[in-house]
Amino acid sequence: MMHYVPNRTVDLTQLGIERVLGPDGRADPAHDPRLDTKLVVRIYESMLRARLIDERMLGLQRQGRVGFHVGFRGEEAAVIASAAALRDTDWIFPCYRELGALLWRGFSLETYLDNMYGNADDVVHGRQMPDHYTSKKLCYASVSSPIGTQITHAVGYAWAAKLRREDVVTATFFGEGGTSSSDFHAGLNFAGVYKVPTVFLCRNNRWAISTSADKQTASESFAGKAIAYGIKGVRCDGNDALAVYRTVQEAVLRASRGEGPTMIELLTYRLGGHSTSDDPKVYRTDEEVESWQKQDPILRLRRHLELLGAWHEQDEKQLAAGVDSELKQHIEAAERKPQPELSSGFDDVYAERPWHLTEQLEAIQNGPRPKRGH
Amino acid sequence: MEMTMVQALNQALRGEMRRDDRVVLLGEDVGKIGGVFRVTQGLQAEFGGDRVIDTPLSECGIIGTSIGMAMYGLRPVPEIQFADFIYPAFDQIVNEAAKYRYRSGGEHTVPMVIRTPIGGGIRGGHYHSQSPESLFIHTAGLKVVCPSNPYDAKGLLLSAIRDPDPVIFFEPKRVYRAARMDVPEDEYVLPLGKAKVVRQGEHVTLIAWGAMLYEALAAAEEARQKGVDAEVIDLCTLWPLDIDTLVESVKRTGRVVIVHEAPKTCGFGAELVSLICEKAFLSLEAPPVRVTGWDTPFPYSLENEYLPLAHRIVPALLQTAHY
Repeated sequence: MMHYVPNRTVDLTQLGIERVLGPDGRADPAHDPRLDTKLVVRIYESMLRARLIDERMLGLQRQGRVGFHVGFRGEEAAVIASAAALRDTDWIFPCYRELGALLWRGFSLETYLDNMYGNADDVVHGRQMPDHYTSKKLCYASVSSPIGTQITHAVGYAWAAKLRREDVVTATFFGEGGTSSSDFHAGLNFAGVYKVPTVFLCRNNRWAISTSADKQTASESFAGKAIAYGIKGVRCDGNDALAVYRTVQEAVLRASRGEGPTMIELLTYRLGGHSTSDDPKVYRTDEEVESWQKQDPILRLRRHLELLGAWHEQDEKQLAAGVDSELKQHIEAAERKPQPELSSGFDDVYAERPWHLTEQLEAIQNGPRPKRGH
Repeated sequence: MEMTMVQALNQALRGEMRRDDRVVLLGEDVGKIGGVFRVTQGLQAEFGGDRVIDTPLSECGIIGTSIGMAMYGLRPVPEIQFADFIYPAFDQIVNEAAKYRYRSGGEHTVPMVIRTPIGGGIRGGHYHSQSPESLFIHTAGLKVVCPSNPYDAKGLLLSAIRDPDPVIFFEPKRVYRAARMDVPEDEYVLPLGKAKVVRQGEHVTLIAWGAMLYEALAAAEEARQKGVDAEVIDLCTLWPLDIDTLVESVKRTGRVVIVHEAPKTCGFGAELVSLICEKAFLSLEAPPVRVTGWDTPFPYSLENEYLPLAHRIVPALLQTAHY
């Protein structure tokens, strides 16, 4: 008779938290990845730019100019430093809160705003809600709203690359709420069994809409779940851009060397609402939010760069002015563009349009049409 | 060479895997034992564990990872052991595979074939007998195929694997080993979206697919003894539908009977009746009739009462013809 013999004893409470930046902005020399300061400045600029874009989208939604926005305030380090640690040819399978990763890869503001407005130039022809973008060119899968479904796609993609002996790692983002989905279980399980080069990036931002993290699991940590799948689990301060970079880079290189998947729990906090349709004041206290504002990832990285003498008040102002002017330009342009053509609503259902869709399109074209707008 | 549907499907997969190294098979028990119905028997031995993959027991995992593989550029052919077990993957099929092309503006596509045995008649009870085709026909972005014989199964499967869109390929398990026919060793493709008139007749159009085609043909023979000549159409591809073949036939006969195993309410027969009414209303001489499974879960002991077998089709044909 076979007996199950655990190959290690793990005390989940003892999973340490990877951290580099101290409260004073100094990097812990024992853990500092010693990145080129130019790279750190680039990461910081990208985080700040993403924050400013996020703020403007929130404003546009409040003014009724865009229909919806899903923000990411407070999670810029978790997302952008992760993207920075990936290689350009590694694929990202996002949840819906990782615009920063796409911007890091050079997604143009023009293309983003066309998506926010769902206009005729939108890559996805206004078929999805705002913030549901895609970019095959930038190795970025398409955003969907169901929770966790992208996790198995990331595993399948990396598995295929492994079968074809190609060095591609996939990274997939999800929130701590996503760890309750069946796709999370399936994804980690398949990746563990077949040693697939996927890095699982769990943004533990404490809130899944109004449901707190302790209602998602009785585990001591989310990273601890990885151990049950036979894969490596790591906890990392998700508001510490240098720790995120270092932890993700190690996982990517490990996957690339054929040593298997890693799940990283990025400890962060969603400073804003779940989306523009949410009011977080209903379910959490101002004190809680304020305590996390003190750990704002942008403040922490700025303090570090200021200590290094690599960032100044003037740089901050200049960047903000630049983002403001590019936003103005692209918002105006996106607003002026027309709606997608009616016929585009019937394209891409299949590679070729079948008879029944042609029939339905013609019936709509020849019948009464709604007034312009919503 | 004379062979069963299981053998024809196996030959199709083997040939396509030799021709195209992007084709990979994955699913529960598809490797070592070649699937519980042995459709993939011997393929892991020939192509290795990297191309014929025994997966963990998770349908959403099988379909989710297949989607990722398809996005990479492989041609995955996942197997769901029984159509009854496809529901854990329903979200992946409906919200992801079916919508991926549309929601990404055509940037990403998910060409894959989900093979799964369908239907009753093997004393499988609730969970080895279901016919969930209308759930997938109802979902924009999917193609749905259901061959009735070994020859069609091979030609349609090859077309499905080469198709740029996700295809649900239902294999009527009652036919797997019941029918034998000549199937060429060489490859051939049968286009998706084409129905076949398998028996010509002038009085009633009788539409069926999969295992029920044999019941339709038996019923047509019996009705012939009673003076009613039915034209039997095998849909082969359920969606996109070959509407022209149906309408052309109904315009000649003026009468139509539709047979399917799935429950009656919102079954595919309902859509067929609607389309026929829309396109051939003035040719109809009698109300269209559906002979179907019951609006109940699939029963074990009363299987042959539940199924729309020939004994229930014959009176429907006679009544429709004499309406």
